[in-house]
Parts: sequence; C-alpha cells; structure tokens
Amino acid sequence: MGETPPSVPTDQGHDRACFQTRGLTRVFGEGTTQVRALRGVDLTIPSGEVVVLLGASGSGKSTLLNILGGLDRATDGAFEFRGRDMTTITDTALTRFRRDHVGFVFQFYNLMPSLTARENVELVTEIAADPMPALEALDLVGLAERADHFPAEMSGGEQQRVAIARAIAKRPEVMLCDEPTGALDSATGVRVLQALKRVNRDLGSTVLLITHNAGVAAMADRVITLADGEVRESRRNEHPVEPEALSW
Amino acid sequence: MMTRPARDIAAALPARLDRKMVRDLWAIRLQALAIALVVAAGVAVLVVSAGMLDSLRETRDAYYDRYRFADVWAPVVRAPDSVADAIQHLDGVARVETRVRQPALFDMPGLSAPASGLILSLPETGLPSVNRIHLTEGRRPRPGQREEIVLLDGFARAHGLAIGDRVTTTIRGGREAFRVVGFALAPEFVYAIAPGQIVPDDRLFGVGWMGREALEQAADSDGAFNEAALILQPGAGERRVIDALDRLLAPWGAPGAYGRADHISDAFVSSEINQLGTMASLLPPVFLLVAAFLVNVVLTRLIAMERAQIGLLKAFGYYSRDVVWHYTKFALVIGALGLALGLGGGTWLGRLMAAMYIEYYHFPFLLFDLPASVYAGAFAVTLLAVGGGAMLAGLRAARLSPAEAMRPSPPPDYSRALGAALARWKRFDQQSRMILRHTLRWPGRAGFTLAGVAVSVGLLASSMYFLDATRAMIDAHFYLSNRQDVTVSLVEPRPRAALHAMARLPGVLAAEPVRHAPARLHFAGHEERIALTGAPTGAHLSRLIDSRGEPVTPPPGSIILSRDIAAPLGVSPGDRIDVEITEGNRPVFSIPVANVVTTLIGSGALMEIGDLNQVLGEDALISGAWLRIDPDRADTLYAELKNAPAIAGVSLETEAREQFETLMDEGMGTSIYIYTIFAGMIAVGVVYNSVRISFSEREHELAVLRVLGFTRGEVAYVLLGEIALLTLIALPVGCLLGAGLSWYFAEAMSSDLFRLPYIINPATYGYTALVVLIVALSSGLMVRARLNRLDMVAALKTGD
Repeated sequence: MGETPPSVPTDQGHDRACFQTRGLTRVFGEGTTQVRALRGVDLTIPSGEVVVLLGASGSGKSTLLNILGGLDRATDGAFEFRGRDMTTITDTALTRFRRDHVGFVFQFYNLMPSLTARENVELVTEIAADPMPALEALDLVGLAERADHFPAEMSGGEQQRVAIARAIAKRPEVMLCDEPTGALDSATGVRVLQALKRVNRDLGSTVLLITHNAGVAAMADRVITLADGEVRESRRNEHPVEPEALSW
Repeated sequence: MMTRPARDIAAALPARLDRKMVRDLWAIRLQALAIALVVAAGVAVLVVSAGMLDSLRETRDAYYDRYRFADVWAPVVRAPDSVADAIQHLDGVARVETRVRQPALFDMPGLSAPASGLILSLPETGLPSVNRIHLTEGRRPRPGQREEIVLLDGFARAHGLAIGDRVTTTIRGGREAFRVVGFALAPEFVYAIAPGQIVPDDRLFGVGWMGREALEQAADSDGAFNEAALILQPGAGERRVIDALDRLLAPWGAPGAYGRADHISDAFVSSEINQLGTMASLLPPVFLLVAAFLVNVVLTRLIAMERAQIGLLKAFGYYSRDVVWHYTKFALVIGALGLALGLGGGTWLGRLMAAMYIEYYHFPFLLFDLPASVYAGAFAVTLLAVGGGAMLAGLRAARLSPAEAMRPSPPPDYSRALGAALARWKRFDQQSRMILRHTLRWPGRAGFTLAGVAVSVGLLASSMYFLDATRAMIDAHFYLSNRQDVTVSLVEPRPRAALHAMARLPGVLAAEPVRHAPARLHFAGHEERIALTGAPTGAHLSRLIDSRGEPVTPPPGSIILSRDIAAPLGVSPGDRIDVEITEGNRPVFSIPVANVVTTLIGSGALMEIGDLNQVLGEDALISGAWLRIDPDRADTLYAELKNAPAIAGVSLETEAREQFETLMDEGMGTSIYIYTIFAGMIAVGVVYNSVRISFSEREHELAVLRVLGFTRGEVAYVLLGEIALLTLIALPVGCLLGAGLSWYFAEAMSSDLFRLPYIINPATYGYTALVVLIVALSSGLMVRARLNRLDMVAALKTGD
C-alpha cells in the first residue's frame, strides 16, 4: 500500500498543547491579486477540548483548519502538533499525519458514492493503525442499521453522520470539522453535534469545529474568533452546554 | 490554464458560444488530439489503401494498354511463320505477334553464380504489335546488328551495367558476348521472376531482347517462331480463342495456350491489388468506429460537466438545436483536424508507397493522383462517424430541462447497479470495490474501453501474424520442401548419364533427377493445366510435404496433387484422373490420385520418375536435376555450369531464400511498423480518454481520498485500477480477435501463388500484449501526473 514513513512522534499526555501556532501566515496569489488569508496567527489549542472557530466569510477559518489538518502549507510562521514541528516535514509525512491522527468532517459529506456506509468507514479503518470496528463507529452515530446502504439511498443528515463515523473510526487525536452542520436542518444538526461531543468525551479527541452559527459556540470548551486573518478573540467557555440544548 | 493562442482565437470569434467552444476545446486539447489521431489513422489507411488500389489499377491498365500487353500466349516447339496468318484469322483475334523465346544463362561480371533468364526477339523493323517494351535508356537493336541486345532495366542496374558494356550469354549451349544498346521495361515483366521462383531477384533473373534474325541464328531456329502473343478483340471469349489456338497449333508441338490469369507477372500484380483491396475494406471502418465512440464518450462527459451551463443557456432562451449544434461543432472541429492529418499523412504515405511500388514492380510510371472520390469518401465517413457520435451526445444535452440542469446532479446511485453485491465479498479492500463498482456502474463505457483496447491488440496481432505466416512459408518451402541448393534445368530432356555428369561436377555433394512435363488434368468435366513432376521415390532434396510436415511420395502407378490443383478439379484421394501430356507425342492416360496435400507456395503434381518416363514412352530421361553443393566450392561449380552447353537455367535456392527474407524484413517490416503505430494510436486514444474522463469525473473523490490520508500511489490505484483491469481483460479478448482477423487474412489473401498458413507464434501474442501494455501504461502515467497536482482544499469547497 505504498509508502510507510515513520509516524509523527507524539506525546499522548493531555498536559501538552495539541496545536501550537506562531505567526502563521498564508498568502494566496501574487502581485495585485495577492490575498493574505492568515496574517500571523498565534494560537494554542489544548488537547481534549472542543474548540469552535467563529468568523465571517473570508476571515481565514477554513485556511487555518486546512493548514492544521495538513491539507495546505503555511507561507510563513510555524505550527506544532504535540510538540512536533509540522511546517518543515515532507508531503509524505503530512499524508502519514492525516492518515494516523486526523479525522475530517466537511460541510459536503464527501462520501464515496460507490461504497456503502460500512465500506466508506472501512475505507479508513483499513489503513489506520488502531481503528475501531466499522459497525461500532456507525453505532456511535446511530446508523448501525443503515450500514449496507449506499450514499444515494441516505438523507443529508445520515450521510453526514456516516462521514463522522468515518472520521472517528480511526480513533483520531484530532477531529477537524468544517461547517459540519451547514447543510443540515436544526434537528439533524443537533444529532451530528451530539456525535462529535461523544467522540470528544469517549475517545478524548480534540475537536476543532468551524461554524457560521454562533449558537453552536455554547457547546465549546473554547471559542476562537477570527477576523481578517487574525485571531480577534480566544476565550474559554467555563460552562459548555450539551448539544441537545442547542437550537437554531 | 488557457494560453495566448486559444485566447486570441476565441476572442476573434463573433459568436460567444463559439468562443466558449474554442476555450472548451483548448481545455480538452489532449483528449481531442487523441481522438483526431484515431480519425487520422482511419483516414490515412483509407487514403493509402483505396488510393493505392486505384493507382495500381490505373497504372497497370494504362501500362498494359500503352505497351499492348498480350491477352493470350501460345507457346509451340517450333512453327513456321506462315502460321501467324492463320492465327490472325481466328475468330476474336485482334493482333498477333510471333517471336522467338529462348532460355539463357548470363555470365555477369562480379557474380560467380550464373544468372538465368530469357531472351526474346523483337521484329527486325518497327515495333512489335503485341508486348512492346519501354526503353529507359539507349535504343533498340538495329536491323542486321547481330551482337546487340537490350536488357531488362532492373537486371542491368542490379549489375551496374552501362550502355556499350558486353554481357556473355549462353543460349542453347552457345556462348556469345552481346553489346548492351538499351535498357527496357516491359508489361510482361512488371514482376520479374524466374519460373519456379517465389520472389523476384534482379541480380539472378534477367531478360534480354534481340533482333529476330540474330536470335534465330543463336537459337538455331531460322524462319520459325516458338511463341505467339495475341491481343483479343473486345468481348472475344478467351476460352474459345485458346481452344481454337490449341487445335490450330497442335501439329507444332503446342503445350497449350494460356491467358493473363496464368501469366506469372500479371498474377503477382493482381494478387497484390486484391490484398490492398482487402485492407482497404477492413481497416478504415474499425478506426472510424472507434473515433465515433470516443467522440461520443468525451462529449457526453463534457456535457455532464456543463449541465449547469447548458441549463443557463436554455434559461436565457437558446434553443435545443443551438445546444446540439454547439456540441456537434466540437466534434466537427476534431473531425476536421483528424481529416486534415489523415489526408495529409495518407497522401504522403501513399506517395512513399508509390515510390516503393515503382521500384518493386518496375512500372515505367505510376499514376498516383488520388481521385476526388477517395477524398469525398474520407470526408463522408469522417463526418458520419464523428458527427454521429456528437449528435447522440448533443441530443442528451438538449433533453435536459433548464431547471433540472441547473441543479447539481445527484450522487450517482450504485445501489441498483451491478456490483452492489460485492459488499458480501470480504476479500476485496475498499479501493478495489470502488474500482469494480465504478467499472460495473457504466458497463457500456467499460465495454467500449475493453473493445477499443481489444481491437488495438487484435490489429497488432494480426499484422504481426503476417511475419509468422511468412516465416512458416519460408520454413516449409526452403527447409522442408526444397532442400536443394541449386536447381538445374536442361535445354531438352537428356539420358540419365547427364545426371551422373552433374553429380561429378566439382562441389556437388548430391544430385537427384527430375523430369518435368507440361500436362492438362481432366476430371468430371474440369480441366487444370499443370507442370507434372517426376521424381525418384524417397527423394531427399525436393519433396512434397503434407500438413504434418512429413514428406509424401506417390506409390507406384499413382499421382499426388497439391490441394490448389485438386480443389478446382473436385478430386479426392482415390479418384482416377485423366492426364494429357502436352509435349512430345502427347500421350493421354488415366491414373489414380494417391493423396492430396496442402502446399504453401506453388503447386505440385508428383509422380515417380520411372512411371512418368514410362507413360511418356521414353527411356530414363531427365529434364533437370536438384543439387546439394559444398558452399566452399560453389564458385568453381558455378563456373562449370555457366559453360555447360546443355543447361538452360540454374536457380539458386539459398539466394532465393535470402532474397525472400530480405524482402520480408524490409517490406513487411515497414508495414508492420506502420500498423503498430496505427494500432498504438487506437490504444492511446481509447486508454488516454478513458482515464482522462474517469479522472475528471472522480477528481473530487480522489482529492477526498488524499485528504483522508491515502498516498498518491494508493489514489493512483483507484484511478488506474479500472483501466488496468479492463486492459488485462482486453488482452485475451484482443488475442482472440487477432486470431480471428489472422484467419480472415489467411483466407482472403491466399492466392494461386501462395497460401498463407494459419500459424500464430505464441511470441506474437506476447509482443502484442507488451506493446499495448506499454501504451496503456504511458497513457495512464500521463494522467497520473495530474494526480500529483490534485487540489485537496478546492475539492472540499464544493459538494461535487
């Protein structure tokens, strides 16, 4: 199955920060068309927290998430994952990082249409180091009985929950979620958020969640607000509520 | 990603839709080029084969007509000139020319072996009324100039002769040196080949023309001719004229007149023309069908990607017909490019081949002007193929309702497609499942890709087959059947002592006698004219070989026939046939057919030599011998043979084999090279387009896989696995197709002159598979480069 580079060495202890960034900058394009999506972001995200990223369109939330998830590289600055410098590692090591440590959930579920729900989850468990059984992951999102359905046979909310099952099945240390409820109605959205919270609680995964929806911030341990590519505010939420208490 | 030229062209177009077309075309330029190349290959084959077919026919007919090529030849032993008048008065005869025809040996400087050949007489004054010659250099012999000779152009040039040089020639045992006064071509020797040989060899077979009186003196045949050549009146029945001639000339020892069908040069030229006809009818449709499918598949994909745009256009008020026409224009541009490349390439290739034909066939001229009908035909089939493919795709676009088209298309539903059941097969990993389900979800497209690759394999295998078949022919003819090094024919039959004399010549290791006699076989109302061969039982050198490669000899009092003689007569082993010898005292007898064997080259009718001598009412006479020689002493032997008075002709089997092999390597090598390229074009067109379409459909899916942590190699497997799977299935299918095509070629291209054996070397399949695998792999790698540039971030911003 291709290359097997050494895994990124990590410190599993919760006392260390999951992500730490210093002066993280991302510039798209050149000359007159240049866009500075991130302008020196300094952040520390502790392990095991649910972090909500808020901000208007173009504030740099997705760019930050993509860089933290190893999908994109910073133009300048540095970021560490559990103490390991991630800005200088090779593409192959970045692939390995995503494979071993990161679970992604997107606004558009991005399931493989040619695979059933169970197979979509197995797609990831087959290449993960210490995965949970696919059916267990589907059970965590309440979809065990729909395991053998194809994406075309499922509703949007169901597809999104399969995507979450796919992300959690590898027992990731980090869950990166870009507008996971953006395309869903309120009731379905709450079910998705419940699933994310459960992963955070049961597996200890750090959850980073981008949303337009300020109401969702109430469930976070930490809320980071971005504007114009900079961190406007980073505050701890001393009293996070359970997702079922949310509505929008 | 549009570069300046495309942008400039696009900006110059008045209609905005046309600008869109140019820009879209530019975006899929490699795919468009791959399709255009397939179209070009089809058009080029059409132009080359149909054009060459037409040119060869025109050239042959014009040449035959201008130089008054005979319709009928009537050999005799010796007839007085007065008989010519009687021939002229036969019903249906337009022109008659009588002449002297003598076998001769040429002693050429720089060639130790004797060159065999013919010397023909020309009238003392004026041009012959039949079978004229075309002087390429010099002049005809002057009346009364005994020592002047005109030589066949190819023969003279092969020996580097110049006008004024002398050639020493043995005619009926007399050695004389003649002065070369001219070089000539003749319709009788378009294909200059020695009797009994299978390939022309300009060095070893020569033809000379001399004044009638000079040749009569040299051949000791004053006031007599030994061959009449006739041109018939339009509409005259050849068969009736030949029958009348045979009756008229019987007292003069006529072995039987024959028409063009039995004339060796014309038979070879006509067989070549028929082969071109087969190619012309078979190959272009294959290429154009593939092109039509490719256009359809690529445009269908383009339309799927442009759903929203199509909906928008229609919402703005464009008619459905505008949409259909828009996409049809795509195809027409691709078709026009292919047509231009094909016509250009085909004309260029045609001229190249025309030059080869001039060289090979000794035509004084070659009419290669492609008739308008060929261009029109190429235009029409291209339009039909490419336009048809486009219309189908365009109609699909037109049927989309604007509202529906502007909504993003739903995810493809795999739940009811073939392959959903794979969930129960635990042995597959998920990527392999994706490959299999994707393949089975669009069975039509997968089937087409498979068929396209299979066609490419089949075409390649069947063109390689010609090498295998020819190799088998060479092996059978030279290594099994004709194992002698030298075949000697005598001026006239001589007693056995002549064999012993030859056996004692320096360098001769073994000698076997042979008696040839012209004959007609009759059975159940059918007649075949043949050369009857008498050879000793258990002959080691020249033998008839059956289909298992075993030598066969006729039991005493019987005859063995080759299949090409037996089949038209309807004779089976065990039947009795009537044999009419057409020389000497022309005995007629009946004899049982002991066996019928398949020979690959030439025909055979074999009797035991003693039996033949007996029915001919003669002692143990021989008309020639087969010799095995010591190659180290060949030169000494050749010198003896050149000076031997009784020898009419010498043919060298080793030289013939080498000539055949050279011809095969050069001539066939070139055509196979060309067909490999054409078959490769199909493979590239099909594989590259399939992978490219698959990539654009699944770009998003593949990017997501990369996001999920799959390596480039693993993602490439998902993309290329499908084409690899289809290619692997296509290989055996293509080999079967190749076997079928080869069988068809073997049937269609066999003639009276040779039969292509249906033998395919296993290595042919291996080579073919290797070529197609390499082509498929490179096409796949071209697309794989795009995988490395997959934009993971962009993929996540959209739902599709």
